[in-house]
Amino acid sequence: MNIVVCVKQIPDPANPYSLDPETHLLIRPDEQVLDDTDRYGVEVGLQLAAQTEGTVTLVSMGPAGNMQGIRQALAMGADKAIMIDDADLKGSGALTTAKILAAAIQRSGFDLVLAGTESTDGYTGVVPQQIAELLDVPALTFAKQVSVDASTVTINQQTANGYNVVTSELPAVISVTAGVVEPRYPTFKGIMAAKSKPVENYTASDLGVSDTDPGQAIISVDEATERKAGTKIEDEGEAHLRIIEKLQELKVI
Amino acid sequence: MVWVFVQEANGAADPVALELLTKARTLGSVTALYLGEANDSVFAQLGDYGAANVIHLTGAGNSLPAAATASAIAALATEHNPALILFGSTYIGRDVAGRLSVRLDRPVVSNAVDVALEDGSALITNEIFGGTKIIKTAITASSPALVIARPKAFAAEPGGGGAPHVTEAGLPDVGHAGSATITDRHTETASGPKLEEAEIVVSGGRGLGSAEKYELVESLAAKLRAATGATRAIVDAGWVPYAKQVGQTGKTVKPKIYIACGISGAMQHLVGMKDSDTIIAINKDPEAPIFDVADLGIVGDVHNVVPKLIEAL
Ligand SMILES: Cc1cc2nc3c(=O)[nH]c(=O)nc-3n(C[C@H](O)[C@H](O)[C@H](O)COP(=O)(O)OP(=O)(O)OC[C@H]3O[C@@H](n4cnc5c(N)ncnc54)[C@H](O)[C@@H]3O)c2cc1C
Ligand SMILES: Cc1cc2nc3c(=O)[nH]c(=O)nc-3n(C[C@H](O)[C@H](O)[C@H](O)COP(=O)(O)OP(=O)(O)OC[C@H]3O[C@@H](n4cnc5c(N)ncnc54)[C@H](O)[C@@H]3O)c2cc1C
Repeated sequence: MNIVVCVKQIPDPANPYSLDPETHLLIRPDEQVLDDTDRYGVEVGLQLAAQTEGTVTLVSMGPAGNMQGIRQALAMGADKAIMIDDADLKGSGALTTAKILAAAIQRSGFDLVLAGTESTDGYTGVVPQQIAELLDVPALTFAKQVSVDASTVTINQQTANGYNVVTSELPAVISVTAGVVEPRYPTFKGIMAAKSKPVENYTASDLGVSDTDPGQAIISVDEATERKAGTKIEDEGEAHLRIIEKLQELKVI
Repeated sequence: MVWVFVQEANGAADPVALELLTKARTLGSVTALYLGEANDSVFAQLGDYGAANVIHLTGAGNSLPAAATASAIAALATEHNPALILFGSTYIGRDVAGRLSVRLDRPVVSNAVDVALEDGSALITNEIFGGTKIIKTAITASSPALVIARPKAFAAEPGGGGAPHVTEAGLPDVGHAGSATITDRHTETASGPKLEEAEIVVSGGRGLGSAEKYELVESLAAKLRAATGATRAIVDAGWVPYAKQVGQTGKTVKPKIYIACGISGAMQHLVGMKDSDTIIAINKDPEAPIFDVADLGIVGDVHNVVPKLIEAL
């Protein structure tokens, strides 16, 4: 089975994010990391590929930087990567991103596309659905369990108060939730092998996407009125009484 | 003209849709696009919250409805050209909005907390970086503007509108894209008050130490007639079902009192609860970010503080 996994490199969430004061775009350092959310898609892809003697191709759009995040996913075991890094795509919205990714996926061929439900940095949470519409296939979204047999895929789809079992013929797009599987850590062997795995590079025009206007513009950025920290006390055995006092003050007890 | 996507939840309009209708009626004449089973009382409620017209989208059956729904709405939008189509940030809302944006070739702005129409174009407010920055986005593409709003961004209030004019639109056959089917439905039974509606919420995080210790959260909640919530860390660990998750990828709550037990206060958790009236936090790390938003912060061990609190109530 030909499996494509969408993976995004993001600024390390351990450091606070900031916006460029002029362009209002997220500042992306050269060193980006693999979005933790996408490790789940990679792991599901690797497991399904092992089961179906398939291949896992990564596809990613954004500043390539030193490719650390993509190498991390290759080190987990993906076979190859497609990278679209193009200055014209700076400031793309979700729809342009989806057009680029769908064009690259179309070009590489696919039976199954995997993505995260929402990224950590932009979290618009619509890119997988947009890719599915562009590829004219079903989107089985919010999967908390995934299985395949010859030509069908079945997921447990998260709902507000439980889950639905959803099944579809391939080809299809699936978005996976965190916790769907336990992502593996790259082994030393994997890290070494990743260095020589093929990476194809494309631009927007290579993929035939010419309209990259996001159709939206950030016009102002302001500080939110921060909620102020209140009283903080150290528990020396009686702190629960302070909570009781507070609850009485609020007239709930 | 403003359209609001409304999905059925357990035989009635999803609560987030009532919030959106309340907002929409301040922006113009409102049409609700209703997907699911309905009857006159459901339509009457949509009217009461501001819908003058309802387009009832029918025929989803057991198919995953997003692809056909997006196709139906795209056709209607091309015919009527609304200024704005509002979606709630629900699973189906995101699925339909994403596909619709491709159909109409229009951008979609997610995670909105406010929306305005100025000279017919949409101006959207977002809170980013855990709610520390407020950004405003103008749509420069032509209408309709597609906006996905966070739950609880607007307070739902009936406006006293009469019965709406209802028309029906069957979902089209969209071939393979619409062919995924739901073969089984599982509902996790929840007890106690509903998380999104409760006046008091008691939530637990990884600081509880183990799944068994979530019982502390449950006992405290029982004493206060509160709903129970959780962080994603303990949902992913399988301690509690996803339905309890509060935060960016879970539920948004705005109770009178939020009690956080053993929760660090990650940005993605804070966005789901920081608008609570009063926040009480118990965490053994004095530097935990949850204390930055807590009205009362107890630096202490949940295993000492919470049992004593339960005992004293
Ligand atoms: C704070 C912030 C807010 C934003 N809000 C909006 C908005 O409201 N509307 C809008 O149109 N744009 C918005 N953007 C821009 C948007 O985030 C980017 O266009 C981004 O490339 C795609 O969206 P996402 O990361 O939000 O995708 P999501 O839909 O959240 O991502 C889901 C999954 O899709 C895949 N994926 C997404 N992007 C890529 C990629 N570049 N390469 C490979 N796989 C990918 C991944 O598997 C990911 O887990 C915002 C950006 C920021 C920083
Ligand atoms: C895209 C994305 C979406 C996300 N969405 C969500 C979401 O919707 N909701 C959400 O909650 N998270 C979400 N997260 C995860 C979030 O970033 C945090 O990882 C998570 O909230 C941490 O949960 P926690 O506070 O339980 O655990 P931790 O961060 O591990 O914190 C545990 C805390 O317990 C304290 N502690 C330990 N022992 C004790 C004790 N005995 N007594 C008292 N305190 C103790 C520690 O000091 C620590 O502060 C998301 C992450 C990403 C990347």
